[in-house]
Amino acid sequence: MTNGWTDIANADVIVAMGGNPAENHPVGFRFVMEAKRKRNAKLVCVDPRFNRTAAVADHFVQIRTGTDIAFLNGLIHYALQNGRYNEEYIKYYTNAPFIVKEGYEFDEKEGVFSGWDESKKTYGDKSTWDYERDDQGYVKVDLTLQHPRCVFQLMKKFFARYTPEVVAQICGCSKEDFLKAADIITSTYVPAKAATFLYALGWTHHSHSVQLIHAAAMLQLLLGNVGVAGGGVNALRGHANIQGGTDCGMAYHNTAGYIPIPKAANQSLKEYLEAHTPKPLRPNSMNFWQNLDRFFVSQLKAFYGDHATKDNDFGYHLHPKLPEDPQTGKPENWSWAFIFDAMHQGKMEGFISFGMNPVNNGPHSRKVIAALAKLKWLVVVETFQTETAAFWKPDILKLVGLKPEDVQTEVFLLPAANFAEKDGTFTNSGRWIQWKWKAIDPPGEAKPDQEIIARLFLKVRELYQKEGGKFPDPVLALNWWYTNPANPSLEEVLKEINGWALTDVPDEKDPTKVVLKAGDQLSAFLQLRADGSTLSGNWLYIGVYTNAGNLAKRRSTEDPTGLGFFHNWSFNWPANRRIMYNRCSADAQGRPWDPNRPVIAWRNGKWVGDVPDYKADAPPEAVTTGLGPFIMLPEGVARLFVPGQFADGPFPEFYEPLESPVKNVLHPSHSSNPVAVVFQTTQYDKLGTPDEGYDIACTTYRLTEHFHYWTKNNPYNVQLQNEFFVEIPEELAQKKGIRNGDMVRVISARGEVRGRAMVTKRIRPMVVNGRTVYQIGMPIHWGFLGRGKQEGGLANILTPTVLDPNSFAPEYKGFLVKLEKA
Amino acid sequence: MPTVSLEVKAISAATTPAPGMKEAPRVAKLIDVSSCIGCKACEVACQEWNDLPPSVDRPFTGSYQTMPDLSWNFWQLIKFNEILRGDGRLEWTMTKYQCMHCADPGCLRACPAPGAIVQYANGIVDFVQENCIGCGYCITGCPFDVPRLNPQTGRVSKCTLCSDRVAAGLEPACIKACPTNCLSFGTKEKLLLIAHQRVEQLKERGFPNAGVYDPPGVGGTHVIYVLPHADRPEDYGLPKDPKVSWTLKLWKGPLKWLGHLIVFGGILGAFVHYLRFGPHRAREEDTGK
Repeated sequence: MTNGWTDIANADVIVAMGGNPAENHPVGFRFVMEAKRKRNAKLVCVDPRFNRTAAVADHFVQIRTGTDIAFLNGLIHYALQNGRYNEEYIKYYTNAPFIVKEGYEFDEKEGVFSGWDESKKTYGDKSTWDYERDDQGYVKVDLTLQHPRCVFQLMKKFFARYTPEVVAQICGCSKEDFLKAADIITSTYVPAKAATFLYALGWTHHSHSVQLIHAAAMLQLLLGNVGVAGGGVNALRGHANIQGGTDCGMAYHNTAGYIPIPKAANQSLKEYLEAHTPKPLRPNSMNFWQNLDRFFVSQLKAFYGDHATKDNDFGYHLHPKLPEDPQTGKPENWSWAFIFDAMHQGKMEGFISFGMNPVNNGPHSRKVIAALAKLKWLVVVETFQTETAAFWKPDILKLVGLKPEDVQTEVFLLPAANFAEKDGTFTNSGRWIQWKWKAIDPPGEAKPDQEIIARLFLKVRELYQKEGGKFPDPVLALNWWYTNPANPSLEEVLKEINGWALTDVPDEKDPTKVVLKAGDQLSAFLQLRADGSTLSGNWLYIGVYTNAGNLAKRRSTEDPTGLGFFHNWSFNWPANRRIMYNRCSADAQGRPWDPNRPVIAWRNGKWVGDVPDYKADAPPEAVTTGLGPFIMLPEGVARLFVPGQFADGPFPEFYEPLESPVKNVLHPSHSSNPVAVVFQTTQYDKLGTPDEGYDIACTTYRLTEHFHYWTKNNPYNVQLQNEFFVEIPEELAQKKGIRNGDMVRVISARGEVRGRAMVTKRIRPMVVNGRTVYQIGMPIHWGFLGRGKQEGGLANILTPTVLDPNSFAPEYKGFLVKLEKA
Repeated sequence: MPTVSLEVKAISAATTPAPGMKEAPRVAKLIDVSSCIGCKACEVACQEWNDLPPSVDRPFTGSYQTMPDLSWNFWQLIKFNEILRGDGRLEWTMTKYQCMHCADPGCLRACPAPGAIVQYANGIVDFVQENCIGCGYCITGCPFDVPRLNPQTGRVSKCTLCSDRVAAGLEPACIKACPTNCLSFGTKEKLLLIAHQRVEQLKERGFPNAGVYDPPGVGGTHVIYVLPHADRPEDYGLPKDPKVSWTLKLWKGPLKWLGHLIVFGGILGAFVHYLRFGPHRAREEDTGK
C-alpha cells in the first residue's frame, strides 16, 4: 500500500477492482464503510462477479475476467480526452514531460512495441524504451508537455484506441456502465478530491499482472491521487504478514530491504555495487538507491558479523549468488512455478516447504504432485497435515497415475506453532510493523518457526564443522549471536533487523562529532555506513527498534490531525511514514492540494505533518528543478512511461489471458501477452482452446469464510462453507440442464474437478465481440484433507502453468473450461 | 455502552407482577443492512460465546447462506438473497436474522411454563432453560418464527441478546465481532437516532424508500433494522407487519380473564350460595336411611 488501512477513510471515491475487500479483508473494510458514512464516499466495484464488495457498492460493473487493463486504459483515455487530469501534478511529479528516444514505437496493428523479434518471439532490442539524454546523461524534458515524443503526447496517442465502445466490446460490459464508472472515478482529478484503488490477487494473478498495476498507477498519477490522503494504489495483502515476508527477502530475486540478490556475474562487491547502484537521471534527483553500498554492507555485517571485514569485501564471497543459466546467459529463475518445473525435471534433491502447501497452491496441482514425487526428500513445516505432506497418499497420487509404492520421496512433517502460539511481528498491508504477543503455548511437540530454523541450522553447522564439505564457509561464518542459539528471541531478531552501531559513528560532515556511539540502535537510514561500522538486517526497517525500545509494540490511539496517521501506533516503514510519496500531497509551492486533508505542508522552513517523503529541509520549489518527490527513483518522478524495467513494454497494453474464449479485437495476431512465460516442459503444461470445447471462462477466488487451506481444519469455518462449489450463471445452468445444488464437473485441458453447482444471478452472460461468453468461478479452499466434505474439490487442478513475465505470478484468474452435469 | 442490571419486567405464566421492577434503560441492537458484507463473524461469535456446536455436515444451501434456517444451535443467521430490481439493478442482500426481543413478546405470552421466559426491564427477552417444558407454544407464538426446539434436550432456545454479557456491561458477542459497524448496541433511543441518520444518508444515495424497521405490531422491538427498501421488508426475510396472533392475545388476554372469571365466579357463587342457603344437607333418601 502506498497509503494505509486507516487512510481509506479519507477517500472520496473507493475503487475495488482486482480485489474483493469486503470478502477478503472484512476487518480493513471498516474504513471503506467509514468513508461512506463520514465523507459520503462512493464505492465503485469492477469485477467478473457481483461479489460481497459489489453488494455494498454504489456502482458495480461486471467485466470479463482478464480484461481489467482494457477497462483501466479506457479510464486513462477518458481522463485524457476530457481534460480530467491534474496538469501541475503530472508536470512535476511524473515523467509526463520526459522526452522518449527516437525509434520508440508501438505497432497498433500487431500489438507489439519497438524491438520485437517475430522470429524469436521476444523483444530482442529494448534500447528504444528509454529517455533521450543530454551530454551529462540527464533526461531531456519539455515542461510544456507539447513535444511530440514527450511521454504525455505518447500516452495520448497510445490510449486513444481505448474508447468507451472498445472497452465495452472487450470487457463485455455496457458502455453506459463504463461511462458512469469513468465519471465517478475521474471526478477526483480536482485538487480537493481523492480516489483510492484497492486491489489484490485479482490483478496480480494474470499473465499481464504487472502492467495491470502499472495502468492503475498511471491513472492515479494523472488524477493526482498518489501521495495524498485518501488516495494511492493500495495492494491488499493476503496474509497477515505477507508484507513482512516480502520486505524481508522472501522472493528469490532480492534480499531483505529489496536489495538485488547478488548474481554469479558479479564476483566482487565492487562489481555488484556498480551493476546495481543507479545514476541520477535529473540534476538534483535524490536517487536514494545511491546508498545501496550502505544498505548492503550493513546487511553483510548482520549476516557474517566479524567474518565480514573491509579486507574480504565484507564477506561478499560468502553470500549466495544467483547462478547463470548456461543456455540463456541470464540469471536463473527460481520463482515459485520455476521451482516446481525444475523439480519435475529432476534438478532438485530436496525441498523444505515452510508454511506453504504447493499441492493446493498450484499452479496446476497435478504438475506439483508429479514434481514432489521426484524428490529424494521433502520437509513440510506446518500446523496441520497438508496435502503436500500427504501427497503420497493414494487418493492424491492417483491424480498423476501413480501409487504410493512408485514414490521414493522421504517425507518429514515438522509440527509448527501457529500465529497465536508465538510472538513476533506482523507487517500489515499498510507497512505497519506490529508486535504481537503469544496467546497460548503450542500443543505437543509443535515449535515456533525460529526454533525449527535454528535447530536445523545448528545441526547443519555441526555437520560442516565435523565433516567439512565443498564450501562450509558461509554456514560457519554466519553471525549467530543470539542469547539462546537454539531458539532465538524474536526481540533480538527485530533488534538485529533494525541494526546498531558497531563502533562510534562520526558525523559525515563534521568528523569531530559522533552521530552514534558503539552499541546504539540505529534510528535513521543515513546513519548507515558502508565501512563496516554499522550492522542492519534490513535498512527499510530502521527505526522499528531504537534506543527507545521496540516501537512495534506502541499502541497509542492519538490522532491529532484526525487523518488517521496514528504516528505512535506501531512503526510504519519507511521512517514511520504513513503515506508514501507525500511530497505529492502539496503543489509545487508546498501548499496542500486539499487544505482540509494536508499530509505535509511547508511551514517556517520545514515540512510538517506526516514524516515527509522528501529531503526534510528542501524548499517546495526544489521540485521544479529536479529534486522530485519519488526519491527512490533516479528520475525523481513517477514513471508513466517505464524505461525498460518491464519485460512487456513501457506502456500497459491489453492482452487476452493465454486461454481466452475470444481473440484480442485490437490485434488478433498477438492476442495474449507475447512475452508471457508459458511452460512447455511437461505433459501437464497444456493449454486449451475454444475450438476444443473449452469455451467457458473460469476464475478462482477466496471466501470470507476460509483462510486458504488452513481453516478446513476448523469446524466453525467448515460449517460456514462446508463444501466445494462452482458458481454458474442462471442462463448457462439452464442451457446445460443444471439445477442449483446438482453435482457438476469442470474440466480444463489439464484436469477436472467435481463440485456442487451454485446457480446465481451474480454472474451474467456477456456479449463479447459479438458473441455470448459465459464465465464461471470457484473458490479455492478445498482439497483432500480436513473436516467436512473435501473429496478432492481443489480448484488448482484446473489452473494453467502460465506466468506474468515480470512478477512470474501464475494466471490463476482467467482460463478456459468445459462444464458438465456430473 | 450502558451497564444494565437485569431487572425483570415480565415472567411467563406468572400469577403475580414481576418483583423488584424499576426503571432501566432499554437496550437495543441496530442492524444496518446497507453496511452488512455477510462476513458471518457474528454467526461464529454467537456460537462460540454461547457454546453452541457447529454443524459441520449441514446441507448445501444453494447460496452463501450458512444454514437453511435458524436452529437450536444456530441462533442467528445471515440470510442471503439475490434480487433483480425493476431497473435491472441486482442487489445481493445480507440480512442478519435472530430473535427480535419484542416489547410485546408473543413467546412469553404463549408460554405456560412458569419462569421459562423472562422479559427484563431493559427489553431483553430471555429463555430460562431449566424452567422450559418443551411444549413448543413459544414457537407458534413467535411472529418471527425464531425459537427452536433441541430434540436432544427437549428444550427451546434462541438468541438471548447475550443477556449474560449485557448484565456485565459488555455488548453482545455479535456486535463485538462485527467489522463494519453494521451492528451497534446501546440504548434504543440512541440507536433510533443513529438509524434515522443512516436512513437519511441512504435516501440521499438513491434509496428513497429507506427506513427503520421497528414493527409496532409487537410493541416495537429491541432489534431494529435500517433497510434500504423499508417498503419491502420481505426482501430481507422480515415479515411485513408482524403481530402477536389474535388467538394468542385472546387466549392470554380476555379469554384468560374470562376463564379466571368462570373459575373464580364459580367459587364465589358457591360461597354466596353457602351463605344464603347454608351447607348442603343430604336428603334422607340418598343416605339410604
